[in-house]
Order: sequence, then structure tokens, then C-alpha cells
Amino acid sequence: MNIERLVAMANDISNYFAAEPDHAMAVEGIRDHLTKFWDPVMRRQLKAHVTAGGDGLTPLAREAVERVVVSPN
Amino acid sequence: MLSIVDIDYGTPKSTSEKTVALQIDGRTLNVPEGTSVMRAAAQAGISIPKLCATDMLEAFGSCRLCLVEIEGRKGYPASCTTPVTAGMKVSTQTPKLAEIRRGVMELYISDHPLDCLTCPANGHCELQDMAGVVGLREVRYGYDGANHVYAETKQGEANPLFVAKDESNPYFTFDPSKCIACSRCVRACDEVQGTFALTIQGRGFESKVAASQDNRFLDSECVSCGACVQACPTATLSEKSLIDKGQAEHSVITTCAYCGVGCSFRAEMKGEEIVRMVPDKNGHANHGHSCVKGRFAIGYATHPDRITTPMIRAKISDPWKIVSWEVAFAHVANEFRRIQGNYGKHAIGGITSSRCTNEETYLVQKLVRAGFGNNNVDTCARVCHSPTGYGLKATMGESAGTQDFDSIEQTDVVLVIGANPTDAHPVFGSQMKQRLRAGARLIVIDPRRIDLVRTPHIKADYHLKLKPGTNVAMLNSLAHVIVTEGLVDEAFVAQRCEPEAFTKWRAFVAQEKCSPEAMAAQTGVPAEAVRGAARLYATGGNGAIYYGLGVTEHAQGSTAVMGIANLAMATGNIGREGVGVNPLRGQNNVQGSCDMGSFPHEFPGYRHVGDVATRELFEKAWGVPLLDEPGLRIPNMFEAALDGSFKGLYIEGEDIAQSDPDTQHVTAALSAMECIVVQDLFLNETAKYAHVFLPGSSFLEKDGTFTNAERRVSRVRKVMAPKAGYADWEITQELARAMGYPMNYSHASEIMDEIARLTPTFHGVSFDTIDRLGSIQWPCNEDHPEGTRVMHVDEFVRGKGRFMLTEYVPTSEKVNAEHPLILTTGRILSQYNVGAQTRRTANVMWHDEDRLEIHPHDAEERGINENDWVGIASRAGDTVLRAMISERMQPGVVYTTFHFPGSGANVITTENSDWATNCPEYKVTAVQVTRVSQPSEWQKRFRTFSNEQQALLDQSVDTLGQP
Ligand code: SF4
Ligand code: SF4
Ligand code: SF4
Ligand code: FES
Repeated sequence: MNIERLVAMANDISNYFAAEPDHAMAVEGIRDHLTKFWDPVMRRQLKAHVTAGGDGLTPLAREAVERVVVSPN
Repeated sequence: MLSIVDIDYGTPKSTSEKTVALQIDGRTLNVPEGTSVMRAAAQAGISIPKLCATDMLEAFGSCRLCLVEIEGRKGYPASCTTPVTAGMKVSTQTPKLAEIRRGVMELYISDHPLDCLTCPANGHCELQDMAGVVGLREVRYGYDGANHVYAETKQGEANPLFVAKDESNPYFTFDPSKCIACSRCVRACDEVQGTFALTIQGRGFESKVAASQDNRFLDSECVSCGACVQACPTATLSEKSLIDKGQAEHSVITTCAYCGVGCSFRAEMKGEEIVRMVPDKNGHANHGHSCVKGRFAIGYATHPDRITTPMIRAKISDPWKIVSWEVAFAHVANEFRRIQGNYGKHAIGGITSSRCTNEETYLVQKLVRAGFGNNNVDTCARVCHSPTGYGLKATMGESAGTQDFDSIEQTDVVLVIGANPTDAHPVFGSQMKQRLRAGARLIVIDPRRIDLVRTPHIKADYHLKLKPGTNVAMLNSLAHVIVTEGLVDEAFVAQRCEPEAFTKWRAFVAQEKCSPEAMAAQTGVPAEAVRGAARLYATGGNGAIYYGLGVTEHAQGSTAVMGIANLAMATGNIGREGVGVNPLRGQNNVQGSCDMGSFPHEFPGYRHVGDVATRELFEKAWGVPLLDEPGLRIPNMFEAALDGSFKGLYIEGEDIAQSDPDTQHVTAALSAMECIVVQDLFLNETAKYAHVFLPGSSFLEKDGTFTNAERRVSRVRKVMAPKAGYADWEITQELARAMGYPMNYSHASEIMDEIARLTPTFHGVSFDTIDRLGSIQWPCNEDHPEGTRVMHVDEFVRGKGRFMLTEYVPTSEKVNAEHPLILTTGRILSQYNVGAQTRRTANVMWHDEDRLEIHPHDAEERGINENDWVGIASRAGDTVLRAMISERMQPGVVYTTFHFPGSGANVITTENSDWATNCPEYKVTAVQVTRVSQPSEWQKRFRTFSNEQQALLDQSVDTLGQP
């Protein structure tokens, strides 16, 4: 899928959780949201994007995506 | 004319719990205090003659037909206006009363045409009935005197009292020659509908009914709700369908298929033909009222545009081939299996709709999860109320509104945000207006001056006219005032909510940056007004919040829903009558389609697919392994189609090519797929991109249930055979069978039984229970055998309420030099959603095109006059509409509706969406508006494409050998 769109969507999520004063909770909130609501294909693609440098992602989103667990296929 | 079967008790029911004993005609009766003598008698089966009284309206006491004698009282009091008292002894029939009543009737009949045999009300006319009841045998005055009946006097001169029939309204006629000036119509319009369109002009014999300023009905303020037509005891106000078809012989109770109010109707039938729809007095959502859509706009169901045979084609540039159902099912199954074979199991999916019944939606998601073997199922609620599901679940634990509609009777402060109930939820809008006229206070938060802000006998205490896209800023400001001015209901919060989350939230909203003063620059609303509104909501008694798509369809839709829940929890406005958080659902079954598990990440009853116990339950019931990972949402499906990994889609009752944002993106995605199956009544916009068309059935042609905005499950009942042979759930079932996944339901009720078995909040629901109770608000189970009116009473569904942080994040959709205006979208009373149904009815007389509403200032700057063609361009696309100059808008904001496909409103809207649910940001698009002289490029292409597709339909080849 269009990676810019996925990055924008992940950033939207991280912008919501940015208000959380507890950093660990914010990261976990984003990770949990992506895991619960995103199709694995999208998670996989976003993870691959982070591995390749994670252009365009907010630091918070990037940190959360790194923690997302998704099966390889 | 009243319903052909209901008993009319004459005056409204008393709600008092105290009873009073009295005697009527020698019988001792016990009735609630406040009951009229007329109603007390009627409840005991004793009918007192009457004309001006009817139980939808307050007693008026003008016709003097209902007189009775009461022991110890002088004269002959009117039974409709006389309340019962303890020990009262009433006689309803005496020689003296008979004489008076005959005298009254004689006067009426002397000024009434005697054409009963050819009159549309014949058989159900109350005047006729009363003449019979009182034993009227002669009219001594003759018919030659002053009258309203004849156009000319005996001398051949024009009769000044005569007024010709008004047939301007497409659905009913007004024939003043038959009017008895009982004012039931006037009172229905005032008390029930709240439009105040009718008046009685003149006095005594001269008096007559007139629509506002003596206009024709169509040109008056009348909104065509039909309450007056229903209330009229004579044929003066009559449905045109009744005039055409004659009296019905039976009636069936069913539920309106339009908006989320979910009005109950009696379909009055002649065989399989509908004579008229009469709102059901016992309907729990509507109490006998309706709007123009539900009562009148049903002609689409028999419109010639309906397609009634399955059709297939290989490419969308081919003519359609008419095929048998068997061929169609086999074709779809082969195509879907072929696609899965070539591109993988995940390459297909399904979309259900809020227009489908619960049973249909349930079956589609079952087909996808169990038959397709993936979780790629979504519903159009994605694009309207998905943030409601998310936000209310996160804060309170259940994805639904907290009250029933009647709760508003106990409300002191009504807060309406991002909703326009008088247009989009008209019957509830009328109920809200009744409450407001009775004294409740009103706060409106909306960029537009919606009707509610100022309407007869109602004026909002506060209208916070904020800039589109700043709801969260506004909600945070309101919360700031509540927290910093000590208006929090500390006891409620301490007892009912999570303390850590509350502490965090309190600190968050108390920050200076959240104050109304700091936010004024964003919201455009003066701080003092925000403070006043916050104080009123927090301290004015029972506060109830009603919200709609103006809250959800934003980049921060879910945040705003949580902000609303926070406000209600902080002020203790949750868990009892008169308060609560009430999402007003757009389409009839938005609530139901969400409940039925049509989101890709959850099973019916909002249980995540990753939840092991739930998954095992469904695996066992459905006999196949199920996936534990969420599937694709609608916008994800489009993205996946464009990158070539998603190729087949089964769409039931939804028109994504018109209703979803960024049309050109959607149609590109549709064009990239190999097998699109559309199941619908009409060749809608999406069907023009389809390879298979399966003809669906209207709500009149099938059994099932709808769940309205109050969580109320009501029955849809079949009143005629499906035009194409199958109810929609049967089509899904056949499709499943063809794909090798057997389903064996013989009636829709069996599907509901399965839903009830597998869903804890539905354990007690069945067609039988609904038949017995009329309707049921879920949760309905062992703990709540008759359903649940108010939720979260002693504790929240999730245990403790959880305050959520709601940082205001301005949308990335910003005005700039190129796109200096904000476009926001909405709907109007007479049309419904994409308009596929209402455009095919006479409702187009009120709205036959989508217009661009623009403030005079913005119009003048651009040299735009009323009715000019204007181009509207955003970064996504452009279209052309006619301008309508309107002060309802604020400068800088333009507005349009999206009821007509050629308008291309969604060509302009963008891919921006709610962070949590991808609900599109329909309500905020930066645009430029200019005067133009021709349609946009998109509109030209659209017209060409539509014409081509119509031609391909006209050329369809019939492979069944029928003529
Ligand atoms: S149709 Fe409704 S709005 Fe129109 S006059 Fe009758 S009651 Fe009033
Ligand atoms: S139009 Fe019908 S309801 Fe209205 S005053 Fe005349 S008879 Fe009564
Ligand atoms: S459209 Fe809504 S308000 Fe109108 S009759 Fe139907 S359910 Fe009721
Ligand atoms: S019905 Fe009581 S006065 Fe008309």
C-alpha cells in the first residue's frame, strides 16, 4: 500500500498519544492501537519502512512501530 | 385520518402513578390521576362522541360533542377537558345529552358537503361516524345558507367563504370545503411537530384553516411531516395515495428504513399494495409521529428503475447479461475462488451497510470470516460513527448511546453538538423541541446556525458558532471551565471513575492552553460565551449531550467523542434519566451494523478477533477455524486494490462510489478490481463499476430487525413478496453455499436466534420477545430480561469510567492562499444519504439539486450571485454547483449536501481521516470557490460514463430467453 498514507496514519495516531505524560504509556498506546486495528499487511509494511530508515514518521510513532510484533507473512 | 385499527382514547395518557376511583355509567373504574373523563371511559370500552379531541393532542374542548352529566355538577361539562376526581359519578348517555349532541351535529352537517359515498375518508370519517352515533336524521337548516361548501351561491355569484382545494403538496391534499374547524391539524403541527405552520383564521362560522401567510402548503413553512393529515377527522387533509387507492383492509407494523430514529409504522395495505404509512402510536421511538421521509417517501420501492434480475459481465465496458440466480451465484463463487487461488486468501472482502437488517449484516460478516476465511469486512458506519464506537468504548465500556429518546423529558439542559436533529433526525427533533418549549435550556455548538438555534417558541441560550475542525478545542475549553471553576461532581467521579486517569485529565484540561481565552483564536468563539455554556451545562440540572456526524467526521472524531464522555462523567451526567451521551445515528441501522460485528477487528458484540475465548466460541458455532488478526477497513481495501493485492469485493446495500470521500481515488480502486459484486435495489454509482449485480429487496419485502440510535431493536416485517425473488439474507446464504460454506436458515428469526446465542448483550433477544414487547433496547439478557433503557446506572460497563486525554491537534487540512475557504457537508430533511431512495420520490420537490451555501460576504468578494454556477476546488478535485447565498454560514465557511451523484461533493473531500478509526474528515476541506460557466471536467467525465453505463444496461442481453 501507499507508504506515505501509512506513515501519515501512524503519525495521526502518535499525535493523539503524544498528550500522555508517561512516555512508556504513550508508546504502548500506539503499539496496542496498531496491533488491534491494523491489518498485519499494513503493520508489516510499516515495520519494513522503519527498518529502512522510517522516513516521515514522528519519533514517537517510530518507537512504537519498532515494538509492534507481526508474523512474517 | 387516524390509523384504521388503533383505538383513539381522545386525550393523552396520564403518567401519574396515583389512581383515582370513579363511576361511569354505573361502572366503577380505577384510572391514573390526571386522566380525562373521556379517556377513562374509553379505556373501559365506553366511547363518548367526540370530534375535536384525539389522544395525540392535548384536549381543546371546542366541538361540544363530548358533553356528559356529572352528579352534583351543574350543566354539561366536556369530558375531554374534565379530569377525573375521586368518587365522581358520570353519565355519558342521557336524553338531554342526545339532544344537545344531535344539535351540534346538525350544525356541522349543514355546512358540509354530502358526498360521503365518493369521499376518500368514507368508512373512516369521524364526522360521518358521529352523525351515525348521535342518530342525526335531519338537517333543519337546509344547505342553502352561508356555507364553505360550494364555489358559487344559489344566485350564481362567487361564494366568498369558499376556498378551492390545495393540491400543491405532492403527498396530500387540503380541501377546505370539508373542514369542520376542529383545529386538530393546527394543534398537531404546533404540539407534535413543532413547526407552527398552520393557523385558524377568523372566528366562529368564518373560521378557517390556513397554512402560513395563506400560502399554498408547498410554499408555506410546512415540512410535510403529515401529522396534520393523520389528525384530521374528515377528508379535508387526505393522503393522495388514499384518494387514489381507497381504504386499506389490513395493516402491518414495521420500522422505517431511513434514519436512526427508527420510527415504528403501520403499513396500511390492500393485499400486497401499500395504501399509506401511518406512524404507530405505540411505537417506542416515535409515539405516533413521523417525518416526510418515512411516511411519504416510499415510492422508490416500486420505482421502475429497480432491477429485479441478476446480471453479470466480464468487463465494465461490456453490456450486462441477464442471468438466472443459479448462474449468478456460481459465477460469483468461481470468480472469488479464482481470485483467492491467484492472489491469496486475503484478496477478497465484503462491505455491509447500515441500511441492511441486523440479520443481513450478521450474515455478510459470517460469510467473510467463515466462508472467505479472512476478516476483510467493514460497514459504511466506518464513514459515519466509527469514532462513536471507539470513543464510548474507551471511556465508558460500551459502543452505544446511554439513554432512550424519552429520557429527554427529564432533561434540564440540552447540549447539541455537531448534529442537526430537525433535519437529520426529525421525529426526535420534534420531541426535543417539545421539551425545549416546556422550558429546558439549550446550548448549540455548530458552525452553522441550524434551525434549532431559533425556531418558533425556542431560542438557544448559547450558540457557540465555532470554526469547523475545532470541536476538541471547544470541548477542552468547556472542561477547563468545569475543572477550574470547581464545577466537577466530585462525589460521582470519586465513586464511579478511575482516580489516576481522572487526576491526569484534570491536570491536563486545567492547563492555561485549554482555557476558552487561549482557545478563542482557534475556535472563533468569545470566551465568555464558552464559560457561560459550561456553567449552564454543569449546574443547570440534568444535562444531556446529543451529537452527530459533526463530531465524528473529523480528523479528531474519536478524540471529540471521548471529550464528550469526559464532560458527562465530570459533571455526573451519566447513569440516570434525563442525562447521558447520545449519538444521533445517521442511517436506520448504524447501531445494528456495528453491533453485528461488521468491523474487521471484532466479532458481534464488540469482541476483538484476538480474544481467544470469543474466537473459540465462534469457531465452534461456525465449524471453521477463524483468523485472530484484524482485516482491512474500507479505505485500506481501496489502497490494497490500487497496489494490486485486493481484487474482489461483495457489497451489500452500500454505494461507496458516491458516499465515500475522494471519489476519484475510490473509482480508481474499483476499476483496479477483477470482480465487484453489488447487491442493491438500483444500478447505483458503485454498480456502474461492478461485474455482478444481485437485485436486493426493499425493507417492505423481508423480515428482520433494525437497531436505532437508542439501541432499540425493532422488527421489520415483510408486507409484500421480494420483487427479485429473494430477501437479501437469502442471497448471502445462497452465495455462501455456492462457495462451499453451507448455511441453512429457513427464516430471518433463526439468524437472530444464532446472534442471541453467541452475543451476551443479545442473549434475551428473539423475534418472539420483540413481538411481545414491541421493541427491545439491548443489553437484553438474564440480568435485563426486558432490555435496558438507561446504561451505566450503578457502574460503567467497563467497571470504572475512564477519563481520556484529548489534546487538540489542528487538522492538517488548512486554509491557504490557494484554498482560502472551508467546505463542510451535511444533509437536509427531505433527502436521505446518497439519495438513491429519496431522489426516486416526490421529495425532490423540496430539494432537486445540491447547492453550495455561501456567506454574502464571501459571495460578494467573488462576484457570486444567487443561483450562479460556481466551481469548488480542493486539493483532491473540483466540481460545480449552483450558489445559494445564506447568512446561516459564517464568513469563510461554505456548505453543501451530497444527495445527488452528479454534484460530486465527494470529488472534493480528501483522504484525511480520524486517527483512530479512519472515519473520513468530511466536515473540513479547504477549497476555493469561483464563478464559472460550465461543469467541471470531472462532471463531464461523470456524465459521459453514466450515460455509457445506462446504455450498457439498456443493451443488456437476456440469456434467460424472456422477452
Ligand atoms: S404536514 Fe406537518 S409541518 Fe406540514 S402543516 Fe401538517 S403538521 Fe405542520
Ligand atoms: S383540516 Fe381537518 S383537522 Fe384541520 S380543522 Fe379542518 S377538519 Fe379539523
Ligand atoms: S426518516 Fe427517521 S424520523 Fe423520519 S420517519 Fe423515518 S425513522 Fe422517523
Ligand atoms: S371532543 Fe371534547 S369538546 Fe370536542
